[in-house]
Amino acid sequence: MGKKTLVLGVIGADVHAVGNQILNYAFTQAGFNVVNLGVMVSQEEYIEAAIESAADAIIVSSLYGHGELDCQGLRDKCDEAGLKGILMYVGGNLVVGKKPFEEVEKRFKEMGFDRVFGPGTPPEVTIAALKEDLGA
Amino acid sequence: MHTVLLIDFGSTYTKLTAVDTESREVLATAQSHTTVEEDVAIGFRRALDALTDITGPLDFQARLACSSAAGGLRMVACGLVPALTAKAAKLAAFGAGAKVMKTYSFELTEEDAAEIESISPDILLLVGGTDGGNSEVVRHNARVIAAVGGDFPVVYAGNRAAASACVKTLAAGAHRPYTASNVMPALGRLDVAPAQQIIREIFLERIVRGRGLSEQSELLDGILMPTPSAVLEALTLLADGLPGRPGLGELVAADLGGATTDIYSIARGDPADPATGLHGLREPRVKRTVEGDIGMRYSAQGVLAAMGMEALCELSGLDAASCKNLLDRIREDPSVLPATGEEEALDRALAVLAVRCGLVRHAGTLEEVYSPSGLLLRQTGKDLTRVRCMVLTGGALIHAKDPAGIAEESVRISDSSSLIPRKFEVLTDDRYILSAMGLLSGYDREAAFDIMIKHFKRGDEHAAKQ
Repeated sequence: MGKKTLVLGVIGADVHAVGNQILNYAFTQAGFNVVNLGVMVSQEEYIEAAIESAADAIIVSSLYGHGELDCQGLRDKCDEAGLKGILMYVGGNLVVGKKPFEEVEKRFKEMGFDRVFGPGTPPEVTIAALKEDLGA
Repeated sequence: MHTVLLIDFGSTYTKLTAVDTESREVLATAQSHTTVEEDVAIGFRRALDALTDITGPLDFQARLACSSAAGGLRMVACGLVPALTAKAAKLAAFGAGAKVMKTYSFELTEEDAAEIESISPDILLLVGGTDGGNSEVVRHNARVIAAVGGDFPVVYAGNRAAASACVKTLAAGAHRPYTASNVMPALGRLDVAPAQQIIREIFLERIVRGRGLSEQSELLDGILMPTPSAVLEALTLLADGLPGRPGLGELVAADLGGATTDIYSIARGDPADPATGLHGLREPRVKRTVEGDIGMRYSAQGVLAAMGMEALCELSGLDAASCKNLLDRIREDPSVLPATGEEEALDRALAVLAVRCGLVRHAGTLEEVYSPSGLLLRQTGKDLTRVRCMVLTGGALIHAKDPAGIAEESVRISDSSSLIPRKFEVLTDDRYILSAMGLLSGYDREAAFDIMIKHFKRGDEHAAKQ
C-alpha cells in the first residue's frame, strides 16, 4: 500500500493554528497523506474524516488546557463508529497547572490514546513514533 | 422577429412561453394539463392552441423543452458518512435537477435493498470514500445494489480506487453502470459537476425517451434538461450576468409549490469574518435544496408540523381552532383556492412559514463557542446574510397579493444563529418564465438575460400592479 493517512486537528474550542500548520507541513514532508481539519475540531469531525479517508491514525492536538475534557470518550466513539483499534495520538499542553508528565500520560493512555506527547515535542519525535507504529 | 417556443412539461401543467429574442419581448404564455397517461402531445397541442389564440400563428425558429413530468427525475443517493459523502451525493442530485427520493448512509442492508427496489428510481447515485479513502463500504453497496431488482442505471462517483471493481460488480447485474469523478475527492471538498453532467446525459438518453416525451420531434427540437436544472441555469445567468451586462450579484430564490418548496442560492457563502471557523462540507456556490414536506397544499400539514401552530396563529391572526379547520379543508381538497378573508390569511401565513422553513434548512448556521480565548464563532454551511436579492417564483408566490411582503416576513426570525438572508430586494417572476429563460440561455444567452431583467418585477412594482 502507498502513503499512510493521518487525520490531524486541534480539538475543542482551541484555536491554536500555528502548531497545527507546522505539524501538517512536517507530516506531509515525512511522506504521510494528511487530512488536516484545522482548529476547533469536534470529536465527531475526527471520526467522520477518519471513516471517509480510511485513516490509519488520528492525531489530536490541544494547547489550551482543556484537553482532558475535550478528549474524553473519543476512543469509545471510534469503537462505536467502526474504527476499532485505530492508532490515536494526543499532544500539547494537555492540562492546566504543573502536573508531572507521567501522570498526564497515564491519564490520557487510560482514555485510550496510544501515545501521549508533552509540550515542546519536536515533530521528528512524533514522526518516528508513527513510522514505528504504522510500519511506514 | 425571431420567435422561440419554450416548453415545460410539468407534473401538472404543460407550460408554454413564446418569446421574440430580437425585441426581448414575451409574446405570450399559456398552459394546459400535462397528459402523461395518454400522450403528452395532446396537452402540448392544447397549450399551443391557447398560445396561438393570443398571438396568432407563429413560425418558431426553435422549440426547446424541459421536463419534470411523470414524477420528474427520481433519484436515490447512497454515500458513506451522513454529513460528508452522503450529503455530497444528495447535493449533487439536487443540483442535477433530481427529486431525491431517499438518501442512504453506511452499508446498505437487505431492508434498504428492498426499499430501493420499491422506490424504483430513474437513476441511483453511488458514492463513498475520498479518493484513496474507504472503499469497503462502497464495494459492499455495489454488491447489494447489483442484486436489487429493476434496470435503473447507476452512476458511480465515489472513491476512484474502487471504481473499476464497483463497475464490474454492477455490470454483472441488470444495472448499467456509468462513472464520474469522485463527488468528494478530498475530505470536505466537493466536485459535483462531473457527476451532474453524467446524470443529465442519462436523463436525456434514457428517461426522456422512455416516457414518450421525445416522440414529438416534429413539435419540438428536443428536451434539454429537467426543469430544476433550467431554473438553476437561469438563476446563475441572472446572478453572473454577461460581458457588458452586469449581473445582479449573489442571490437566493424560492419556488413555492403545493407539495414542495425549492430553495436555490447562487452565492459563495463564506464566513463574513475571516476569524470565523468554517466546519463540515464546503457547499457548492450553486446550491439547490428541496423540502418535500413543505408546501401550500399537499404539504400544508408539513408546514404545521415543522413550524408549529403558534407561529401559524400569530402570522394569520386566527385562533388555533380556525387554523385547524382550514387546514382540514385543504387536506380534503388540495385544489381549494382561498375565497374568504380567513382563508387568505391562512394561505399568507403558510407561504411565509414555508419560505422561512426552506430558507432556514438551506442556509448554514453560526454557533457561538465560549472558550478561554474569548467568544469564538463556528460556521457550518453557507452564510447567506449578505445576499441582497431574492427571486420569487412558483404559483403560490407569484399570484399572492404581496410576494415581497411574504419574503420579507419570512426572514423575520429571532434566531440569530441561522445564516439566512436578512435584507434584500425582491424580484418576482410574475409571468412564470424562469425555467423558460434557463432553456433560452442555452440558445441565446443575451436575450435570456435581457428578458429576465426586463420582465421580473421589483417588489414595489408588483404591489403597484395589484
